[in-house]
Amino acid sequence: MSTAVEVRDLRIELVGRDADVVDEITLEIEPGEVLGLVGESGSGKTTVGMALLGHVRRGGRVGGGAVVIDGRDLAELDASGLRGLRGGTVAYIPQDPGTALNPALRLRTQLREMLDSHGAGSDGERGARMREALEEVALPSDDAFLARYPHQLSGGQQQRVAIAMAFACRPNVIVCDEPTTGLDVTTQARVLQTVRELCRSHSVAALYVSHDLAVVAELADRVAVMYAGRIVELGTRDQLFGAARHPYTRRLLRAVPDIQGQRAVVGIPGFAPLPGRRPDWCFFEPRCELATDKCRSAFPPAFEFEAGHRARCYHADEAVRDVPVEGGVEEVHVQREPELALAIRNLDAHHGEHHTLFGVELEVHRHECVALVGESGSGKTTLARCVAGLHKDFTGAVCLGSEELPPAARSRSAEARKRIQYVFQNPYASLNPRRTVGQTIARQLELFFPRQKDMGRRVGESLERVALSPSAAEAYPDELSGGERQRVAIARALAAEPDLIVCDEITSALDVSVQAAIIDLLRELRTEMGLSLLFITHNLALIRTIADRVAVMTEGKIVELGTTAQVLERPSAPYTQQLLANTPSIAAVA
Amino acid sequence: MSGQAVDTAVGVGLEVPPSAGPGAPSLQKRAWLGILRNALRLGRTKIGVAIVLLLIAIALFGPLIAPHSPTAFIGVPNTGPSSDALFGTDALGRDVWSRFLNGGRSVLWMSVAATLLGVGLGVIIGLVAAYARNWLDDVLMRASDVVLAFPQIILALLAVSAIGSKLWLIVVVVAIGHVPRVARVIRAAAQEVVERDFVKAAEAVGEKRSRIVFGELLPNVTSPLLVELGLRMTYSIGLIAAVSFLGLGLQPPSSDWGLMINENRLSITVQAWAVVVPVIAIGLLTIGTNLITDGIARAAIGIDGRSNR
Repeated sequence: MSTAVEVRDLRIELVGRDADVVDEITLEIEPGEVLGLVGESGSGKTTVGMALLGHVRRGGRVGGGAVVIDGRDLAELDASGLRGLRGGTVAYIPQDPGTALNPALRLRTQLREMLDSHGAGSDGERGARMREALEEVALPSDDAFLARYPHQLSGGQQQRVAIAMAFACRPNVIVCDEPTTGLDVTTQARVLQTVRELCRSHSVAALYVSHDLAVVAELADRVAVMYAGRIVELGTRDQLFGAARHPYTRRLLRAVPDIQGQRAVVGIPGFAPLPGRRPDWCFFEPRCELATDKCRSAFPPAFEFEAGHRARCYHADEAVRDVPVEGGVEEVHVQREPELALAIRNLDAHHGEHHTLFGVELEVHRHECVALVGESGSGKTTLARCVAGLHKDFTGAVCLGSEELPPAARSRSAEARKRIQYVFQNPYASLNPRRTVGQTIARQLELFFPRQKDMGRRVGESLERVALSPSAAEAYPDELSGGERQRVAIARALAAEPDLIVCDEITSALDVSVQAAIIDLLRELRTEMGLSLLFITHNLALIRTIADRVAVMTEGKIVELGTTAQVLERPSAPYTQQLLANTPSIAAVA
Repeated sequence: MSGQAVDTAVGVGLEVPPSAGPGAPSLQKRAWLGILRNALRLGRTKIGVAIVLLLIAIALFGPLIAPHSPTAFIGVPNTGPSSDALFGTDALGRDVWSRFLNGGRSVLWMSVAATLLGVGLGVIIGLVAAYARNWLDDVLMRASDVVLAFPQIILALLAVSAIGSKLWLIVVVVAIGHVPRVARVIRAAAQEVVERDFVKAAEAVGEKRSRIVFGELLPNVTSPLLVELGLRMTYSIGLIAAVSFLGLGLQPPSSDWGLMINENRLSITVQAWAVVVPVIAIGLLTIGTNLITDGIARAAIGIDGRSNR
């Protein structure tokens, strides 16, 4: 069999501007092979994935190069040719199945639509094929299930329906755009296994687009790393995770928290250049510690090291030596004090009729960081909101030090509100878009420290504490990147000079390199200011780098509580063991 | 729930601070101006603005250039255009052109006042209802439904015939008619904002309710607010002209476009100008404000007022 996908020197540019979104993209995928395409936001990985479907987003166009699928050049196909290709030859698995499935149509209708439009076989055969497709993804194929609507399925089931639809017409190529991003680790593991098995058994070439290196490490045969619209490194999974050559890849690997390695995560300072603002030389040069004048002369060509392992860097040999992937063991946990910062006693919470938390007991000592881990729906955010006074419907006690707090933030004393601060998951929603960063922080200072002068200077100090320039005070949130916004949200919390910060999944909306920088910042602030943290996350790998103790939560109960090392290395609860087994890891490969 | 990377904003970079000057614009100004600037790039908005400016100029400066007094009898009633009277005389022999030039002020100031009052009250009620999310929301919205049940013109006529034809009363009644309509739109827009995390963040630190409503919610509903302002202005003009036409607004012998139509409608077959001129003026004013509103609405949802963001 020949190559299923061949992309040669593909360039996609913005219409009307001399700016490329992606350029010089060359890759090929063999039948039965999974190519992982990793990169951070804005690296152009989705653009490349869409190009395999012959689709370019509005405002963009193919500026050169070719995409050849099964020997056919997509540029030569007309609209109806492309329609026949999509779904039939090239199928697509979307990121969010909740929006990809039509909520008004039963599963039967949607699956039939797919088969009918690519018209394979007789009516009866299509019906049989439809059931077969569902069985392949381990879903029931009876009439009752087919009669369901998408909202009657769980997120994981929806994603498996989307996969069944993608594989229903026996495509040769499949494009997966972060299909497990919205799923829990347990569901994710099952979905990944399904994709892998189907690709193997049907000899399908898959392009797996993801920002999650650990997932790619589990699934892909070969991996391509994208940075600012270029593929900077391409190699087999073992080559890439075992002996990465490009400084960016190496820094990226170092930014990924790993559940097995006891190492600190290290962020990458700076940011990737946007289309139209990219230099004429190596795009990573401004952030690269190995950069020399040679790097500023031209974009490096692809150097091949071993068969199939290419990297676009002049200093790839030095990179292996000088850019460590391991960040070194860091177990600098602050001495825990006997006094309690926060005590949660026998807490039961309700959401209307639903009983969501059951007798939760949790203590956070002064200067301690306790991680609260659980999958979505486990009740961890509800618990955080009870602590912050945002969820009032609970019984039991939330004590700050020795003082029991009223449920609602509004009925608490100003002192209590000042001492507990909350940082939200999504920095895109937690800052008022109509206020400058300075106004947001100034308001916090005004609330908790009225009658103090020299607001401008104090706002500047707050920003400097989170490593932002004081001039950022003039910016509006939409002028900042996600990482910068989360820093502002942290600065706002710190401005109150709290004892305890509740961090609710504060890095889950951020790229790994940014996440590493934020985690780094939190650790630093913690030692510097003697903060206690309640750190909520679904990401088990993250807790090793920050938490002293871990509480594992599921279905509204804490099922395990112990020191980080205990929980990660000798988990006692079956649920924790299962969670750990399902968490993908890079170290397993390398 | 898992690590979804949505970091697509234009990062200014930690090392490269944003280059906002010392006199950075205040928050309200920026949100409003951005939409208005985009709206002004649209052809329809430009035409609307031109029409409205022309009519405002007529209303403001018309009396200064009018050849005759609006109440003076200058000739035989219902004569056609002549060199002395540009558009002829009305049913009582007064100069149509002079009365037209004098008759715009009342409809304009009354419309503007009714719009500001109605939209202002409506915004407050809408925001409070959206933020309250409890019995207060129900009370406010059901009360709005009661007002909505009456057609606006009936409501106006009812009040005027009961209390008497006073100009301030007309303004108030028209404004009250606007309130529930504006409140519903603003409430719907604010409900989405109320759920956002920055409102929860303000609650968690114990921010005052009034500051949450006016400091956090209001700046985030500026686009529907601008659209409502324009739309209610259009309705105000129509309603106030209609009330005048029905003889419940300004009383004779004052000159007013609505009243002019009423006074001369019987002789429309003989001297059409006395009716046509004020009709065109009111029609153009309505169309002009409507074009502006439409432009703002398009810019607010970004249809083709393409900003470079």
